[in-house]
Amino acid sequence: MTQLLVGTKKGLFVLDGDPAAGEPFALVTRAFPGDVVEFALRDPRIGRYFASVTSGFFGPRLMYTDDLAAEWQQASGPAFPEGSETSVERIWVVKPGEGEGVLYAGVDPAALFESTDSGASWTLNEALWKEHQAGDWQPGFGGLALHSICPWPGDPDRLAVGISAAGVWITEDRGQTWRTGYPGLVPGYLPEEAREGTNILCVHNMHRAPLRPERLFLQFHGSVYRSDDAGSSWIDVAAGLPSGFGFPLVLDPGDPDAAYVIPLTAAEDRVTPQGSVRVYETRDGGAGWIEHGDGLPQREAYLTVLRQAFDREGEGPDMGLYFGATSGDVFGSADAGARWFTVHERLAPVTSVRVA
Amino acid sequence: MAVITLRAPLRERAGGDARHELAGANVGEVLRELERRYPPITGWILDEQGRVRPHVNVFVNGERVREDAPLTPQDVVHVLPSISGGRA
Repeated sequence: MTQLLVGTKKGLFVLDGDPAAGEPFALVTRAFPGDVVEFALRDPRIGRYFASVTSGFFGPRLMYTDDLAAEWQQASGPAFPEGSETSVERIWVVKPGEGEGVLYAGVDPAALFESTDSGASWTLNEALWKEHQAGDWQPGFGGLALHSICPWPGDPDRLAVGISAAGVWITEDRGQTWRTGYPGLVPGYLPEEAREGTNILCVHNMHRAPLRPERLFLQFHGSVYRSDDAGSSWIDVAAGLPSGFGFPLVLDPGDPDAAYVIPLTAAEDRVTPQGSVRVYETRDGGAGWIEHGDGLPQREAYLTVLRQAFDREGEGPDMGLYFGATSGDVFGSADAGARWFTVHERLAPVTSVRVA
Repeated sequence: MAVITLRAPLRERAGGDARHELAGANVGEVLRELERRYPPITGWILDEQGRVRPHVNVFVNGERVREDAPLTPQDVVHVLPSISGGRA
């Protein structure tokens, strides 16, 4: 059985189904009606569910529960220390870290928080926050967001984060110091003479290949990149895609050469190109891309898929892939993208999809 | 002590009571006291810096105020969501 946590502009939808057995997905429960659920996930280590909830009236909060049928609890944070003159606008992502009870959260304004008690309470990473304050970081269209967190399997000291629009930041001493990973990223949205040395680098998504942790893939504002040196530098691998612009990114954990993206037409027209919904897969580190559209809408379908709205289950040829669009439609594949099916139609605009 | 009145969903996070008598020299102080008594409401009216959230309205004796507005024991403080925060 597969359980999908679908965050939307109007609450969290939990869908259960078994695509391998031919059992369609059905709505199990809806939580936080009326509020935006920016992101939801289940920490598989302890079975705890998290939901980043933003009320248009009452602000953002992180909720958690160990049982979907029970009441959700409000975490203590993420919140900036009193007196810092800053407050959290939105919690973009929660990511299990290396070590018992360790999780990370990325927020707007761009900052990293760490929990060591399985998400009940959170502490600001002061060193990265100081870089933020000193760096005159600029927001992207969706805010100044730390939305991608890439732990290093087996090494709690090493972490990379992606920020829109302040690029890639890397720590090798568990967040005590940070350095940038800028070389190779080309901000085509800036005048050519302003690109050299800029920190206005709009990362849209970033993931690490667990079997080869020095390798990362990155969906940028205008291209797709790969790093083979732990994020220190980047190689453009967008050739062969219909567009370098997009948000979602998924890796196959069993194949460090594999990545999936869902391109959108352009920054000025953030919909699937030519009214056709297609997912692109590489199995050679981005040297070439394979187009998948079998089972996806191919005519007059102008969908927008947001950065957290794409996830996977398992690995290899039987890997499950799932994504949702702001149209409220959710799609899935049980064979690593070869064929697709509709998981659910007409939910609220989808902000995130995670396999529980 | 000033009287604080709450509407849903804030009321449910403050023990289910719509009316609370709380001590404090200004709006921020009484709302912090409300958080101390009812932790589930923490962060819902005031942000972590103690500021009234932009889409929450606080009225004292019919006048919309912020967290620094002074209070007297006779004041009635109404806390309710604004009409601007709930985008479609």
